[in-house]
Amino acid sequence: MARIIETATGPVEKAAEVDPVTLDLIENGLRNARYEMDEVLFRTALSPGIREQHDEFPLIADPSGKMVVGQFGLSVPDFLDGFDDTIEEGDVLLTSDPYACGAAISHANDWLVVMPIYHEGRIVGWASMFGHMSDVGGKTPCSMPTDARTIYEEGVVIPPFKLYRRGELNEDALRIILNQVRMPDWNRADLNGLVAACRTAGRRVVEMCERFGTGTYLAALDALLQRNYDAMKVLLTTVFEEGKTLSFTDYVDDDGLGNGPFELKMSLTRTGEKVHIDFTGSSPQAAGPVNYYINENLTRMFFGIYMITVADPQILWNDGFYPLVEVTIPEGSYWKPKHPASLNGRNHGIGRVFDLFGGLLGQTNPALLNAAGFSSSPHFMYSGHYTTGERAGEWFQLYSIGFGGIPGRPLGDGPDGHSLWPSFVNIPCEYLESYYPLRIEKWETVADTGGPGLHRGGNGVDVAYVFEEPGEIAIHDDRWLTYPWGVNGGKPGARGTKWIERADGTREVLPSKCHGVPVQPGDVLHFVTWGGGGWGDPLERDPELVALEVRRGLVTEDGARRYGVVVDDEGQLDRGATEALRTEMRSQREGELPVFDMGPPLEEILANCEAETGLPAPKRPTW
Amino acid sequence: MSYRLGVDVGGTFTDVLLVDEDTGATWRAKTASTPADQAVGVLTGIRRVCEQAGVALSDVAKVLHGTTVATNAILEGKGATVGLVTTKGFRQVLQIARSYVPGGLAGWIIWPKPEPLAKLENTVEVDERIGSDGRVIRELDEDDVRAQLGKLSGIDALAVSLINSFADPRHERRIAEIAAEVLPGVPVSLSSDVLPEMREYERTITTVANSYVQPQVKLYVQNLAKNLAEAGVPGELAILRSDGGLSAASAAVEAPVTMLLSGPAGGVTGAVWVAEQCGYSDLITFDMGGTSTDVALVQGLSPRIGRETKVGDLTVRASSVDVRTVGAGGGSIAHVPQLTKALRVGPQSAGADPGPAAYGKGGTEPTVTDANVVLGYLPRTLAGGEITLDVEAARAAVGKVAEAMGLSIEAAAAGIVDIVNENMLGGLRLVSVQQGFDPRDFALVAFGGAGPLHANALGKLTGAWPVIVPPSPGVLCALGDATTSARSESARTVLRRFADLTSDDLRQILDELAAEAGGRLAEQGIPESEQTTTYQVDVRYHGQGFEIPIDVTEPDLARVAADFDAEHERLFSFLLTVDHELVNARATVTGPKPSVAAVTLPPTEGPPEPVDTHPIYISGAHVEARVYDRATLRAGDVITGPAIVTEMDSTTLVLPDHAATVHPSGALLIEPVREA
Repeated sequence: MARIIETATGPVEKAAEVDPVTLDLIENGLRNARYEMDEVLFRTALSPGIREQHDEFPLIADPSGKMVVGQFGLSVPDFLDGFDDTIEEGDVLLTSDPYACGAAISHANDWLVVMPIYHEGRIVGWASMFGHMSDVGGKTPCSMPTDARTIYEEGVVIPPFKLYRRGELNEDALRIILNQVRMPDWNRADLNGLVAACRTAGRRVVEMCERFGTGTYLAALDALLQRNYDAMKVLLTTVFEEGKTLSFTDYVDDDGLGNGPFELKMSLTRTGEKVHIDFTGSSPQAAGPVNYYINENLTRMFFGIYMITVADPQILWNDGFYPLVEVTIPEGSYWKPKHPASLNGRNHGIGRVFDLFGGLLGQTNPALLNAAGFSSSPHFMYSGHYTTGERAGEWFQLYSIGFGGIPGRPLGDGPDGHSLWPSFVNIPCEYLESYYPLRIEKWETVADTGGPGLHRGGNGVDVAYVFEEPGEIAIHDDRWLTYPWGVNGGKPGARGTKWIERADGTREVLPSKCHGVPVQPGDVLHFVTWGGGGWGDPLERDPELVALEVRRGLVTEDGARRYGVVVDDEGQLDRGATEALRTEMRSQREGELPVFDMGPPLEEILANCEAETGLPAPKRPTW
Repeated sequence: MSYRLGVDVGGTFTDVLLVDEDTGATWRAKTASTPADQAVGVLTGIRRVCEQAGVALSDVAKVLHGTTVATNAILEGKGATVGLVTTKGFRQVLQIARSYVPGGLAGWIIWPKPEPLAKLENTVEVDERIGSDGRVIRELDEDDVRAQLGKLSGIDALAVSLINSFADPRHERRIAEIAAEVLPGVPVSLSSDVLPEMREYERTITTVANSYVQPQVKLYVQNLAKNLAEAGVPGELAILRSDGGLSAASAAVEAPVTMLLSGPAGGVTGAVWVAEQCGYSDLITFDMGGTSTDVALVQGLSPRIGRETKVGDLTVRASSVDVRTVGAGGGSIAHVPQLTKALRVGPQSAGADPGPAAYGKGGTEPTVTDANVVLGYLPRTLAGGEITLDVEAARAAVGKVAEAMGLSIEAAAAGIVDIVNENMLGGLRLVSVQQGFDPRDFALVAFGGAGPLHANALGKLTGAWPVIVPPSPGVLCALGDATTSARSESARTVLRRFADLTSDDLRQILDELAAEAGGRLAEQGIPESEQTTTYQVDVRYHGQGFEIPIDVTEPDLARVAADFDAEHERLFSFLLTVDHELVNARATVTGPKPSVAAVTLPPTEGPPEPVDTHPIYISGAHVEARVYDRATLRAGDVITGPAIVTEMDSTTLVLPDHAATVHPSGALLIEPVREA
């Protein structure tokens, strides 16, 4: 239990009321401080995960630890409960242990910095940020062994401690930590960036306290939290029927050790003004590293964002509505594994939360009923030593994220080869070729991989890497087995796949999760991601648009037939043949189109697994 | 005798300003813009202003021009049909872009993805490959190039952007040669010329944007130059770039992507000049025209310059004054949606044709200008008599809104003005509060045809005082065009660690860039002796993804490293022990700042005499406002609101409880009247 030390005595008198302009100014000030945190970290980071792909999350909290702006699930009170030391001005706390912070972070690659913000001897808030370190040691480069069974195999696990005590850096501890990792320069720079970002947020909060008065600032935070509470209360009662339980189940395909698919089940019931989100019915924890240890607040936040984004995209959302949402996560499940379960590959679970909420909330809110999308951030890693040239003997280590199909949406088509995650960007080909011994021969979306629909799902991407130095690659991917489902009559998108064309001409299919795969100069890896599901009846899609997409190379001539569209060799529409084909396809339909089209039943998918994917079927997990 | 002409073409009006370089005396003309061929309006304006001043066209030494031709092509989606040539395997470089989806978590649900500027069906790939070190990995297959270019028959312009062409442009250049044979007459933009920097998407989109606007810009600029010459103007034509510098017309048409914000940059440059005369160096510019409003923030007389240019949905890598645009202006149309019965203003605009109902050119939709007419804020004639306002037509148009809302015509008009002011406040917040600036620390410089009418209200909403209304506020962009210097920039990606580089290498790189940029100015008739060169390098710690621009006064690597460390420490409060890396180097060469003398008004002779009184509707009541003719005002005169100050090209409204003081330079400084 932490003891908070404040040199000032007596309470701060909060302003009774904040005028709307000041509230606007403070809301904007917080929003800016939050984006400034991102900027500071992006601009200073060295490791590719943060620098190019922006895998980081900031937060500014009120004195009690409620997030007033940001996007993650840190519970400051829970965190401090488990921290047996003082908290003083100038302290900066660091941890990478998900099991020590209530899963505010969900694997040991994420380093979490927490900093109290003091003004005139009092805590006026908290700044916190975590970022994905591209390497934290352990047995594989980038620290994501696909066969890990415990967190001890996943690199250095840092318990909460004071990285800075009253402004003074704990050099010894940092030295011990950095001695565990392969690229200490990266971690040092990124950690410096995290601390600098939190300090920037701290400065902005203090400036606002000085400008508006601490009492006014704190009262404004209350008003902002209240604004979210009020908005959500109205939304919940409008959208969800009292007492009716909604459920939805999706999957993570395998755990790297031959088990899967893991059922991820989410249910929601509204009782009075509150909703209850329940993960009961999900699979037990995995033996392999795909468990997603989820924090209750993060669940609330995901839920809230889905609800509010469509209703009012401009709102500054925060923890204010949390009392309206109860969360149940069963112990020992995929979502709450028992220590020391391995966690490194939890990115599929996090991503699948997007699909889960879409499938769940979309049942009563058509504006949220999107098809399944590119719900992960699959990793690709390549490392080794240069053998030739002026860098001979030097170590190289690449970590990058793949992109795929955004699903068909109520709004329209899903973009091809994009990201569901905010602020993620791909690493330019020219950057990769300038800094790593590889060349990229192809970087394009794969025609027909987006699910057909009135609104087409986005296509997946084929990136072909040609290796120029011997080394090892590792992959963390998913959705190679179950389908990115379609909705409202839309069809599923295509699944992902990876293979190597060896320099000697042989072809080797790679499992979706693997590491330590040797590569030689001239070998080509095809990393093909999955497409988004389709939205709405494909037979209703404008046939001219389908034909245009054939000419654009986004849909093939054969693929156009899935929309009931016939085109000639030049990609020009054949109206008569299209009308005939559509009539025929409609006549073969039995009954209403399904709301969800998840492809063949799971049993059939598993039975055909090896024949269709070239990989053995995984073994289904049981409690 | 030496004269400069500043010319600004807006969506509604074309403004021309003639400056006597010796005395600072100015003459102005305002005429309706001619969207079909903007050069027609420009020539009309030039003829008229020279007639007024009694200056022969042959005495005009320079014509300095801010143009929105390029901007409009992008905003209206009416640019050229662009063909794009990429390296094999990268045909979808614009389709995939950076895979980035704007907004927060779940932002993807509501993001409408814009269509690529070069359509995928007009994009071809060719067999070739250059390595990141400039090595040729696969020779250019020229037969393939011919075959691929042959597929692009329907295009107006061609962009070529090959992988790693920043490291070696030879394949791009060869494709340009082949294109000249296969697609004769089609202008070609090479990415290695437009933006020789690493990162294929950014380089490609910038090159494509260049192609997209080039045919229109070229046609327009060449026509205008030809028409000027035929009319007997001997002076050469220069175009204002987005970064506030001037460029010879011939250079501008080669790189039109650098002039996407030419029009707005002129306004900001002019506003800075006026604010400086009044003794203010921190200001927010508020340029309200017929169709849109541009705002920018200036600190210490320097407009904030960004390395990116944003127009609508499009972001390209080109330096520009950081101007934000709101789709609200005098021509914005008010409407009342059936469903909600809410009052909305814009973004639809009546434009120049037919324009507001009050202009009597057939417009019947109620615009912001019509609301101002109904409220009595605008006099009966505009633009020096060119336009006579039809009050009855304005009342009829606004009456449609009044009826839909069950309000009086005056109340409906007041509502329209309130809503449009709120929209523009949003724009002002973008550049101030949301960038960490308190608008109360800045002056507000209001210009454009409609700016001075709304400026006092915006001052009240933001607390930015004084509100400065420049003399001839309608032609401030033209004034900016006439008071800025020529400028040329050369840049290159270097990408070398300091350990692999010497100070001599750096000196050589910078010298080459300076020679290139300086040569362009020399071609424009500015001798080397009148050029000022500044150098900048983008530096980072090796492995970082972002660079910090560092000004270089002496090409000394140790000094650059030290300056970088100091800046890194200031920005981020820490240093790293990793080696430094030079990423980009730039030389910027500017010509001499033109000497334009300021006007000084004679001192006040007691309270100024109103020329008239006019009934206006304000704060729910009819009151009499005094009307002043700006031409008769003297330095130190104080005008107390409610008052209307009229002049040829603009009308200033001074609200009750506010007063405008006339500055010796002719500007009006509006501030709240403090309680005694």
